[in-house]
Amino acid sequence: MSYHNPYTPPRKSATFDDYTLAEIRRAAATGIYDIRGAGTKRKVPHFDDLLFLGASISRYPLEGYREKCDTSVVLGSRYAKKPIVLKTPITIAGMSFGALSGNAKEALGRGATIAGTSTTTGDGGMTDEERGHSQTLVYQYLPSRYGMNPKDLRRADAIEIVVGQGAKPGGGGMLLGQKISDRVANMRNLPKGIDQRSACRHPDWTGPDDLEIKIMELREITDWEKPIYVKVGGARPYYDTALAVKAGADVVVLDGMQGGTAATQDVFIENVGMPTLACIRPAVQALQDLGMHRKVQLIISGGIRSGADVAKALALGADAVAIGTAALVAIGDNDPHWEEEYQKLGTTAGAYDDWHEGKDPAGITTQDPELSKRLDPVAAGRRLANYLKVMTLEAQTIARACGKNHLHNLEPEDLVALTIEASAMAQVPLAGTSWIPGKGGF
Amino acid sequence: MSVSVKRESLEAMRTFDLATTPLRELNSALHTISPGANDTNFEVVNPRGSHSVAVGIDQPVVVDVHGSVGYYCAGMNDGGNVTVHGSAGPGVAENMMSGTVVIEGDASQYAGATGRGGLLVIKGNAASRCGISMKGIDIVVHGNIGHMSAFMGQSGHLVVLGNAGEALGDSIYEAKLFVRGEVKSLGADCIQKDMKPKHLKLLADLLEKAGVTDVKPEEFKRYGSARKLYNFNIDNAEAY
Ligand SMILES: Cc1cc2nc3c(=O)[nH]c(=O)nc-3n(C[C@H](O)[C@H](O)[C@H](O)COP(=O)(O)O)c2cc1C
Repeated sequence: MSYHNPYTPPRKSATFDDYTLAEIRRAAATGIYDIRGAGTKRKVPHFDDLLFLGASISRYPLEGYREKCDTSVVLGSRYAKKPIVLKTPITIAGMSFGALSGNAKEALGRGATIAGTSTTTGDGGMTDEERGHSQTLVYQYLPSRYGMNPKDLRRADAIEIVVGQGAKPGGGGMLLGQKISDRVANMRNLPKGIDQRSACRHPDWTGPDDLEIKIMELREITDWEKPIYVKVGGARPYYDTALAVKAGADVVVLDGMQGGTAATQDVFIENVGMPTLACIRPAVQALQDLGMHRKVQLIISGGIRSGADVAKALALGADAVAIGTAALVAIGDNDPHWEEEYQKLGTTAGAYDDWHEGKDPAGITTQDPELSKRLDPVAAGRRLANYLKVMTLEAQTIARACGKNHLHNLEPEDLVALTIEASAMAQVPLAGTSWIPGKGGF
Repeated sequence: MSVSVKRESLEAMRTFDLATTPLRELNSALHTISPGANDTNFEVVNPRGSHSVAVGIDQPVVVDVHGSVGYYCAGMNDGGNVTVHGSAGPGVAENMMSGTVVIEGDASQYAGATGRGGLLVIKGNAASRCGISMKGIDIVVHGNIGHMSAFMGQSGHLVVLGNAGEALGDSIYEAKLFVRGEVKSLGADCIQKDMKPKHLKLLADLLEKAGVTDVKPEEFKRYGSARKLYNFNIDNAEAY
């Protein structure tokens, strides 16, 4: 009997998938690792893996549009003479002028101001435009100290000491030469056209004991007026939070691995740091263990996209959240409107992440004056304000359904998890069970 | 400009005894000087290693600190003339904008870190990372400096009358370094450069500003960036 080998389809390796193969070829051809913007693209346990329970017989809901559900938040009440009061707990994260165009920074300031929230400077210092257009502006104190000066420190509303970022805990930054305009170069005291490294460690302190002294210095310089935030990447959230509190922080900003970046090695973005979901409970636990929950406020960032994400972060114990990527999308980043140009850059709307190259068709992550002009800061600011308001409404809708008259009254008991991983990380029961992995002995 | 500052009048001198007065009162008084005021002379006694002494000065005040200070003395100084008659802890004159800070004794790590302007004179030795990430400040050290000094130095001048420790000027940008004694080793991308007449002149001015009279510019060697690491190149990866 003759035997015919039936057709077997070609099989690609799960380990060496198309993307991986392409990366190997790219590295071999160029001799350089991939640097890109945005956050991790791999799938990690996230807020999508949590659900709210809503009200039932034992808990009654609040009437939508009628019964009040407060969204305000006070940040910096621990030591600062002038704490920050925001109408919504959704803040705009630190993104540098340099990485972003002047128009983009202005749009962020305008949008945040309309929505009653704060915006944040970034590596590279404070520009007059963003100060002028931001009612509440947080001034970042970064390892590079680019643009750092006492006048801006005094005209800021709060100071954020950046220890790390979720996209790259332990990593510095790099603004490539092609993005350095005269103005950016001048603000950073460096010649034009050279790569500007941002240090990964602060030049004049190391460790929690020094941090305490550094915080004291900044308070003395600003006469104890401004709230002092400490921002850390999601690495060791329990200890980092505890140490920041011990060092005297008013606010802890905790940025999970999904957090965006302007430019970092892809290998770093994808392989270092913990998912946002895994960071929140340990940080809240640290605050509770120290009797500081709600006294030192916790701001969570890294992959916040909707009012549901906000509500979930708050239910797990955060006081506020910060958004980076989503704010850029709201003002026009990766908009299909520019598809033809994305195609020319070898990418597509939704996947464009070469933010460090300064060729952004949407005029946001660029210093090119022609491209920057494409972004109308007033219209873009309006879009951001709309988006912030929608997110706030969404979070309120959920909170009312859970019977809460303040977003801060949301609690872990309002949540269940869809997966075992999310259940373990968020420490809420797997849906339909009373099981939380790691709790109760197994 | 000379570092010995003449006092307007003795009556206007205000003394803060940090053994009995909280630091807050000193810094607060320094911050509430109005431009053109004449009560601009301050004396600090018993600093006993206090941190953040005389930080955030933004007027041309004169501060004399009698004793040694802890971290960040004269941090972010913008226009003040601060003299420490003792030694200084880490980060003295960090991020200075303008003015003069003189340390009669030694200075610990990160002296003048990220400084953008003004003059820092250390009459003794400075520890490691002196002038780290300097961005325009002038630093003159009479003694020796420790390792990794002027790391990532962007601009400004570091003048050392004594010796420099390991990895001087590592990853340096445009800061200019002048060392009179031995340099234990140079850091990545830092090289010795020619002393041209314009550099001798520059150095002579710096020495004069710092009140150094007994050494000559010709006794120094100049160091700065080879500018090979300015734009990333994979074949330079071993340099880091
Ligand atoms: C374009 C861009 C620039 C950024 N620049 C900074 C910065 O200068 N300093 C900083 O602490 N974080 C920076 N970040 C991180 C954000 O502050 C924030 O942690 C992150 O974007 C939050 O995650 P999300 O993007 O998922 O919302 C940047 C992020 C982006 C997208």
